[in-house]
Formats: sequence, C-alpha cells, structure tokens
Amino acid sequence: MTQYIIRRILYAFPLLMGVNILTFVLFFVVNSPDDMARMQLGQKHVTEKAVENWKQQRGYDLPLLWNGKAEGEEKLTRTIFYQKSVGLFLFRFGVSDSGRNISADIQQRMWPSLAVALPTLIVGLLVNISFALMMVLFRNSYLEHAGVVLCVILMSVSSLFYIIGGQFLIGKLLRLVPISGYDGGLSALKFLILPVLIGVFSGIGSGVRWYRTLFLEEVEKDYVRTARAKGLTETRTLFRHVLKNAMIPILTGVVVVLPLLFMGSLIMESFFSIPGLGSYTIDAINSQDFAIVRAMVFLGSVLYVIGLLLTDISYTLVDPRVRLS
Amino acid sequence: MIILWTDALIFLLIAVILMLGFYLRGKEYIKRPLQQIARSKVGMVSLTVLIFFVLIGLLDSIHFKPSEDGRSNEIISALDYWATPLREHGEKTYSAPFASYLYSKEMMMLADGTEQWGYPRLQFGGAHLADPETEQVPDILKKALYGWIQGASLVVFFMILLGSLLREPHKRLIVSPTAKAVWTVVFLIVSINYMLVYLSTYYHVFGTDKVGEDVFYQAIKSIRTGLVIGTLTTLVMLPMALLFGILAGFFRGWVDDVIQYVYTTLNSIPSVLLIAASILMVQVYMAAHEEAFTSVIVRADMRLLFLCLILGVTSWTGLCRLLRAETLKLREMEYVQAAQALGVRRRVILLRHILPNVMHIVLISVVLDFSSLVLAEAVLSYINIGVDPTTYSWGNMINGARLEMAREPVVWWSLAASFVFMFALVLAANLFADTVRDAFDPRRGAYE
Amino acid sequence: MNKPILSVAHLSVSFNHGPKVVDDIGFDIYPGETFALVGESGSGKSITALSVLRLLPGNARIQASEISLQGDNLLRRSEYELCRIRGRRIGLIFQDPMSSLNPVMTIGDQIEEVIELHFALPQQALKQRVLELLRQVEIPQPEQRINDYPHQLSGGQRQRVMIAIALAGEPDLLIADEPTTSLDVTIQAQILNLLKTIQGQTGMALWLISHDLALVSNMADRVAVMQQGKIVETGRCDEFFRHPKHPYTQKLLSALPSMQSCLKHGRQEKPPLLQVDDFKVHHPIRKGIFKRVVDHVRAVDGVSFTIQQGKTLALVGESGCGKTTLGKGLLNLIPGSAGQVKIDGVALDTLQDEALRLKRADMQIVFQDPFSSMNPRMLVGEIVAEGIRALHPGVSAVNRQERVRQLLRQVGLPEDAAQRYPHEFSGGQRQRICIARALAVDPKLIICDEPTSALDVSVQAQIIELLKSLQQEKGVSYLFITHDLAVVAEIADEVAVMYKGKIVEYGSVAQVLTQPQQAYTKKLLGAVPVLRTETKPSEQQDKQAVL
Repeated sequence: MTQYIIRRILYAFPLLMGVNILTFVLFFVVNSPDDMARMQLGQKHVTEKAVENWKQQRGYDLPLLWNGKAEGEEKLTRTIFYQKSVGLFLFRFGVSDSGRNISADIQQRMWPSLAVALPTLIVGLLVNISFALMMVLFRNSYLEHAGVVLCVILMSVSSLFYIIGGQFLIGKLLRLVPISGYDGGLSALKFLILPVLIGVFSGIGSGVRWYRTLFLEEVEKDYVRTARAKGLTETRTLFRHVLKNAMIPILTGVVVVLPLLFMGSLIMESFFSIPGLGSYTIDAINSQDFAIVRAMVFLGSVLYVIGLLLTDISYTLVDPRVRLS
Repeated sequence: MIILWTDALIFLLIAVILMLGFYLRGKEYIKRPLQQIARSKVGMVSLTVLIFFVLIGLLDSIHFKPSEDGRSNEIISALDYWATPLREHGEKTYSAPFASYLYSKEMMMLADGTEQWGYPRLQFGGAHLADPETEQVPDILKKALYGWIQGASLVVFFMILLGSLLREPHKRLIVSPTAKAVWTVVFLIVSINYMLVYLSTYYHVFGTDKVGEDVFYQAIKSIRTGLVIGTLTTLVMLPMALLFGILAGFFRGWVDDVIQYVYTTLNSIPSVLLIAASILMVQVYMAAHEEAFTSVIVRADMRLLFLCLILGVTSWTGLCRLLRAETLKLREMEYVQAAQALGVRRRVILLRHILPNVMHIVLISVVLDFSSLVLAEAVLSYINIGVDPTTYSWGNMINGARLEMAREPVVWWSLAASFVFMFALVLAANLFADTVRDAFDPRRGAYE
Repeated sequence: MNKPILSVAHLSVSFNHGPKVVDDIGFDIYPGETFALVGESGSGKSITALSVLRLLPGNARIQASEISLQGDNLLRRSEYELCRIRGRRIGLIFQDPMSSLNPVMTIGDQIEEVIELHFALPQQALKQRVLELLRQVEIPQPEQRINDYPHQLSGGQRQRVMIAIALAGEPDLLIADEPTTSLDVTIQAQILNLLKTIQGQTGMALWLISHDLALVSNMADRVAVMQQGKIVETGRCDEFFRHPKHPYTQKLLSALPSMQSCLKHGRQEKPPLLQVDDFKVHHPIRKGIFKRVVDHVRAVDGVSFTIQQGKTLALVGESGCGKTTLGKGLLNLIPGSAGQVKIDGVALDTLQDEALRLKRADMQIVFQDPFSSMNPRMLVGEIVAEGIRALHPGVSAVNRQERVRQLLRQVGLPEDAAQRYPHEFSGGQRQRICIARALAVDPKLIICDEPTSALDVSVQAQIIELLKSLQQEKGVSYLFITHDLAVVAEIADEVAVMYKGKIVEYGSVAQVLTQPQQAYTKKLLGAVPVLRTETKPSEQQDKQAVL
C-alpha cells in the first residue's frame, strides 16, 4: 500500500513536468515575449524601447533556455524557463503581469471558490442520486419514462440560461436573495444560496441520467436476483445491495474532482461576482495576464494529479476487492 | 467563390462521410442498427430537425464576393445573399419583436419642424403601416396566416407529388407511423419557417439588437458556428483518438506507456484553462501576424478553426481511453488469436478485426459529443475564449444580451432567440444520439 | 401418496409478447424427494424455476392455472406476501456463485440478512446461527471465514455459502439451478454430496435443474425432460434411464459419451509429429516501487510430451491447471514461453519472424467458445478464407472461394453458409466453421481447446464424430484439451493429466483411465458422474465394465 502510494507520487512528477513543458512551449515558444509585450501594450506601432521596458519589468528579458552571457550555474538559472517554469514546482508562482503576488491572491481566493463549489457538489450528488434511485425503483413505468424525457430536456438547455433565468427569477422578480456579490463570514450565506441552487439545478439532467444508467447496470446483475430470492423487498434490495455496489464508482468519481473544487467554476463565479479563483482566472484571461493563467494551469494539474492519487486510495477503502500492490 | 478554411473542412467532412457510407453500404452489421434507427420515431424526427439545421449551415458555408470589382473586401455566403433584406434592414438600436417603434426615446424632428422627445418609428420594421397602433395586430395575423398557407401548400404539393411518383413497394416511405411523424415535422418546420421568413420582410420577428441588427438573422447565422464546432472538432479529434487508442491497446508495452503518459498529462490540465491558454496564444499570434488576415471574416474564420483544433486536442483523450480499453479486450478475443495462429499480419489484424469492432464506440461518442460541444461553444464565447467577437454565435448573442437584463423594460429577445435555436438543435442532437446509442451499443441491443 | 409440496399446472412464460419460452407445462414435487428438471440450454428450465417465485424481469409474462406451495396458490399472493415465501419456504441456488453473491458484503452479512429477515432472533443468536450454517455446509474455520468477502473464497466454498444462504430460511423446498456446472469435477462431487447430506438431515425437497444426465441419474428420485419449453417425458429415475420412451430422451441418452469406448482404440506406433520438451510458460510477478520482477507464476512448468502423426493426445485437467495456457503457448500466442517445441523435426524456437509466421500453417487451434471465436463483422466465407489469404497469397480469388466451399462441405455445412454472418448459426454450426477455418491451411496438428464444453450433449457428440472422421480422412493429429474425462475416452489415443502446471500422469488412454497410478488421477476419475441405470449392486458391475 505505502509502496503503491510512493510509486504513484513518483509517477506524478513526470506528469507535472509534462504539463510544465507544455505550458512553457505554449507561452514562450509559440509566441515570443516580444509578441506578448506588443499585445499587452496595445498599440500597433510600439517602440522597441517600450517593449524592452515591459519585458524587463516582468523578467521576460532573459533567454529562453540557455543564458550564454551568465556565469557558472547562472547559465541555467538566469533563463525564462528556470525563473518562470521551474519555480512552479515549489509553488513559487511569482508576480502577475500587473504586479500582484499570485500566491497571496490564490490563498485568499480559494476559500470563496470552495464555499460555492463544495455545497454545489454535495447537494447535487444527493439530489441526483435520490432522483435516479426513484427512477430505478419505478422502472418500466410511465413515471420513469417521463423522468427520462425530462432529463433530456434539462440537459439540452445551456447552463448560461439556467444562470440568467435563475438570477432573473429569484433575484430580480422575487427579490429573495441578492443577485450577486460576496461577503466574508456567515453573511456569505445569503450570497451562496442562489449560485448553489442554480449549480445543482443545471447539473440535474445529465447527473440523474448518468446515475440511472449506473444503477440499472447493477440491477441487472446476478447478485440482485439472489437478494430478491432471499425474500428482500424491492426497496430493500435497492438500498442494501444495489446502492452499496453502485456507490463505489460514484464515490471514486467524486474523489477525483474534490481537489479541483478549490479552482472554482469560471462562469458561476463571474456571473455572481464571487471573488474566487474562477473569477480570478477569467479576469486574468480578459486582461491577458499570462503569468496568472500559467500559474492556474499548473495549479489545476497539481490538483488533478492529487485527485487521481486520492481516487486510487479511496478504491482500496471502499472496494474490498481492490488491494493495491 | 471563396473557400474559407472551415468551408473546406466541412466539404472534406461530407466527402469522408459519403465515402464511408459507400464503403459500408450493404454490410449486415451496419444495416441492422440503421434499420432500428429508421424505425424509431424519436430518432427520425430529431434527424429531420438536424438535417434542417445542417442544410442552413451548408448554405451558409458557400462564400463568395458579391461585387467583382475588387474594391470591396466583403465576403458573403449564399445564405446572406438569400437573406439580403434581413441583413440590410438595420435599425438604430434595440427594438422589440414585431415592434414599429424604437426601444429607446430620442429627439425627433416632426414634420412641422418642431422637436419632440419620444419613440421614433423604425426604418424598416412595420414601415408599411400608416397607423401601427390599430393596424399592427391584424396585419401581423394576416401576414402570418398568408405566409403559413404558402409554406404549407408548398409542402403539401411536394408530398402529393412524391406520393404519386412512388411505386407501391416504396409507399411505406409515406404511410408507416415513423414516416407520418417525420412528414408532420417537415410540414411544421417548413410552414413555420416560411411564415417567419415571409414576416421578416415586414417586421423584425425577433427584434433588433444594440446596433439595430435583426436578431432573427443573427440566430440563423449562428447555426453554422454551432455546427462547425460540433463537427469539425470531431474531425480533428477522431484520427488522434483512433490511432493512439488502438495502438496503445494493441501493442501495449512501451507504446502504451507513452500514449498513456501523453493523455494523462493533457487530461491533468483542466480543459477550460488549456483552452483559455491556447486561445490567448492564438490571439497573440494573430496580433503579431495581422498582415496574414485580409478581412474580418477570414480572421474570424481562422479563430473558429483554431478553436476547433484546440477543442479537438483537449477532447480526444476521453475517446482514446475508451478505445484503448476496448482494444485491450478485443485483442484477447479468440478470433484475434485465431487470426494470429493463422499467420495473419498484425496490421491486417488491426484493420480487419480491431477497427471494425470499435467503430460503434466511435460513432456513439461522436454523436454524444456533438451536443456538448455546441453547449460548450456558448460558455466559452461567454468567457471570451470562444469564437471571435465578430462571429455570429449563440454564445456571443447571450454575452451581448445578458448585460441588458437590468434594463427596464427587459431586453429579452436576443436571449429568447438564441435559447430557442440552441435548444432545438441540442435537444434534437441529444435525442438522436440516444437513438444511435441504443441501436449500436451491443449491450443495449441484446435486450431489444 | 402424500400431498405435493409444489404443484405447477399449465405454466407458460413469454418475453415481450414473443414466442412462449415455457409452453404449458405442469409437474408436482413431493416432500423429501429430489425432482430433476433436465434439458439442454435454452429449453426453458431455469425460467420455469424463476417464474415460480416471480423472479423474472419485468418484461416477462407468466400464465398458469396453478402454482401452489402446499396447497397455497402463489398466483393469488401479492408481491409483498411472496417476499415472505422467497428465502423462507423456498430456497434458491444459482449456477455461478461468483456473480450471485454480492461482491462488497461479507459472506456472514449475506447469510445473516436472510435470518434477520425471516426470524426474530437477538443479535448474538444471529451470529451463532450463521456459524452453525457455515459449519453445516462444511466451510473450514467458520469463525474466520465469516468476515471474508466472496472473492476471498474458492469456487467451491462460494457455492457452499450460496447453499448456506438458501438453507438459512429453513426452507421446505430447495431449488438448485445448475448448482455445479461452473465448478470443477472434483468440487462438483463434493457439492452434490453435501446437498444429499443436508437433504437427509432436514428432509426438505430438492428441485434440481441440470443439463447433465449422469449427474441427474445419481441424484434424482424423479426426472422430467424439457425440450423447447415443453416437458416431453416424466418418470421415476431408474425407470426413466432404463426405458426412455420419448425419442428426444433416447437421443440424449445415446449421445452421452461413455467411458467404455476407450477400449476400442487399437495401438499402432506412428512417427512422431510434435515433440515438446521441458516446455514452460512463466508470467512475471512485479512488486515494489519500480515494479521489479520478484517471482514468476509458473502457469506451465516443464512439460514434455510427444504426439504421433494422425493420433490424438488428450490433455486433461481442472480449471487453472495451465492446460489452455499450454495450448496457446505452443502456438506462440502468449509471451513468456520457453522450452523446445519441434514440429515435424523443425524446432520452432530457431525460426525468426517471417519463417515462424509461415510455419503457423502446421499448427492450428479451435477454441472453446464458438461465440467469441469469430469476428461478428465478417462473412463466414471471409473467415474461412482468412488463413489462405495470409499464408498463400498467391491463390486466386476463384480458387480460394472454391476451396472455402469445399471446406464447408467437409465440415457438414451448406455451401451458401459462406455468404452469411456467424450470428446466424447455432453453437454447433459455429464450431464447424471454426474447424473449417483451421483446416483451411492444411495443418498437421490442430489444438482443440475444450471444443465441446460450451455445447449441448447431442451437439457435442456430432462434433466429436466430425473430428474423428476428419482425422481418418486427412491424417491430422489433435491435441485435445478438456476437463471432461468421458470425452477423452471417446476420442483420445493417449492422455496426459495436468495438475498445477505439470503433467502428473501420461500414458495410453486405456492405461490412464483404467489403471491410474497417481492419486490425483484416481480422484479425478472417481468424481466423474457415471450414468446410473441400475440399482446399487449393478452399479459395481458398471464400474467393472469401465475397468
């Protein structure tokens, strides 16, 4: 078990290295820092001087991989690759193109993101599973058929419409909760209700459908027939046997996204003006702040890799058949 | 005629589909699922709706320069040409559906020379009415009925023509229950659209947007964007997913390790961020090489193409993983081992035994992905990492309209139009995907 | 005669308004007796059992004039009331104990669940009862096993747990649906003995559902034969086997392979075709952070044998003994094999890629499962022609087609079969196609990997006949891999018994089957159910006849 985890952690390094190199290529090789500078400075005919200035301020005036002018080991370290990419491994995200400390921003902004994403995930999971179980319990009836049709219809509506519709209906017409905004501490609650509600609702269609197929797959298995042959009622069979087996893929599927919850949701946060990492990213994209986007890409993949590791571990905890070696 | 990059790829895609259809014609294993789809009412009706969308999209993919003198750099499509009145009937700013007056008040010069603060008449919408207050509603109803009857009679005429031309054994093409449902939908689509088109020469049926452009026109132009993203992404993703997935599963060993490493790495970057980063870089590239893009439309088209490429690169991993797993299973199948024992070469085994037996997975995932890609386009455009802001797309329409939700009275029509069109396309695609999956998935077929 | 415990009358079942899979059948089961429902696959016997307890999926339509348990008509009982009968008064055992047990619940919990449901017992007594049941089904160390999950047990133990679950409700009737079909022959005998013992202890009635006539002849008091949804013959067991009345039953009985046939084979030395010397297949076991190879699974561990031209060597063993691995290893279909394999004097390990590929014409294989051994996307003609195209690319399309037609004729299939797809054929016909495919490249040796185990008895006999006649005609040799000793007697000249990757006994068929030297071979032979047509004393004679 320990050996397995160590092996998985070791495997994470080449993965993150790959991500790192990919982002490096994307940001510095496809386009030179000069191109970025011109884009940022906005004008069509920027002077060389302005470009040089911009680059120097942000530390983009170094060679990419090999600094021939520097001495000793600085030949390697005084390069863009070392300064901008390698530092990410130590979570040194550096300074954004607009001069802010990215690490501090991330630490501050990940909590509002989590405050929206975690309840959305948990409530969504509960709602989806209960609806799916209900449909499986009433399988081959009109109730199930109507449920399936409803799911397809709900799935076919863009999430943007759920957000706009929800904001309009609950925030503007009924005036139940504020349309958008955020506050610290407990007073954040009234700002969270609407995004969580909408987040859950927009996921119902695909979620219920997915869990339903999972359950139906289990229901057809032989051990369910055994359970019924024991004299168990349909409901008890469903809860004691089917749910228990189906929970394995469900739980491990949830575990993989858990770390990513810190990243927040891009659209939700920007629609509801929640100062989380999602809206941070969007702002960075809109203001073309490459340093932040680079940091977020790396952070996202670190969290995903952690999620993969947690998934493997959670399998051993919930599935007696799996023993890692 | 001018062929944009996406146009070329669309025609390539159609050619590929036709070739594939020609190659597979008459094959038993493809015929049975197709027959099952043909029997499904929901499947055929949604297919009809999809075909209607595709036809509009194709019409919008034939580009040319209207004036040959070379001065104007304007490029329009066959659809634009056909919808010239819609395109040119611009107003000043917002106006509600079927309105005769502008949305906002402004200073008007009256006939007697005095100025008045009020709602001015629209330049085109309802311009033929002398007194909109009293005449408008009856006129709309009259014109709607007239347009609908024209459209309806057109369909009925063709149906009667078809009915008389068909010989007895083919009569089921119009009398079977599925066919009846399909013809009903055709009737509804054609007649209602005919009505809308007829009305739109007199009114703005979905109103106008901020710069006074007809929203109905925008919504129709957005169809092509949605279809391009939904289909061309697949064209990009398929070869990669197929090649890597099958090779990894079949050869295992280091080939498998490398391919798995590549797709886990790509997968580990949250796709929105990868798309955002790539699009940012495309923007920088385009800004740096401005001279390469001669007109707005070429530039927007390049960005659309890049978006498809990027979406393709981020989305091939899922299918690749499925194909790898299936190939791993298939290579242990006894018929593959029998072929090996018979001395069949490995590439022949791949082509003859593995490839045809994973095709159903490819087909199912392609149709399932289509609708999610159309939905993704809207979200991406909303956060400015989607199509070019000048491209007509439902995402851009929503993006432009949502800021106006705070106005009184609410400017809802852009949202409504994009909602209706998008919902129709995505719902049809979802329903069709379900039918295709039921027909091609061997696990589901067993219970029918 | 006392009253029947279960009586069924005019029962019909259909799915989705399709044809009737069970067609107007009726039978009675009396207390304490063993009633056997026999039939080939697809005859509707399992569906009959499930329909009695209404355990069929929702799209099934059940019609009957009577299904009554001790006079209580189950047709009038609600679903809820039926739940009080299932598990309590009628217990059920299914074929595959692995899939029939819940993989994520301990076996203790799964047994306890039944007791909890049907009896009001305090927690401590519950556990005692579970242990008692585990002891009753003879599971060693029940105190430790009680917290095990199904995957931690062996196949036989899993079936014992299934029996414990069925017994937990102290039922009056136990339905055993192919209880031993997925088990090895030695385990099979143990399970059947256990069922008999328990029946003796509790006095419950046993309803046995099986395709295996020999097994039934040893277990049952009364027998009913099902064919295509209908019961064609019912009778007392001894009478039934001595004087079968219905032609279908007669056909079934005559198709049974018999152990006597081995005596018919003549012994005549021929030159050797295949010489295998110290053959091994090892799979590495990797452990640790860097997945170093720490040990090997010795699937096949130093096996030597010789097959003569035109003769058949049967390779016998229970599941997991490495016999299939050996077959695939000889053909170079799996990695990790070592040792010398000489065919016609040519050592295969000296050959390189292309030469090895061409040499493949000499050795072919026929697999067990006729459904997964043909590409469903290819026409039968293409399937049979595949080897010719690969190994003889010079043959013209016309000649190839002619050859395919000839091959199909040889294996007893109509010529138009070439233009159809595999799924249009039955299991036996598919196996014929597979044989034709193997014959297409004129092999000297065909490895038959359990070619008849997935088939019904009557079809099995036909395939054996076909293989024998092809051998006479073409002089082809067989390596016949099987777990079924009765089939061995029918076809083999020599037998090799395999156990845990090694050959433990090797000799002529008459010698191994009649004078086994090794304990394992004796155990294997002793466990084979023999058709019992006479009463006890004559059974002895029967065995003598075999000897």
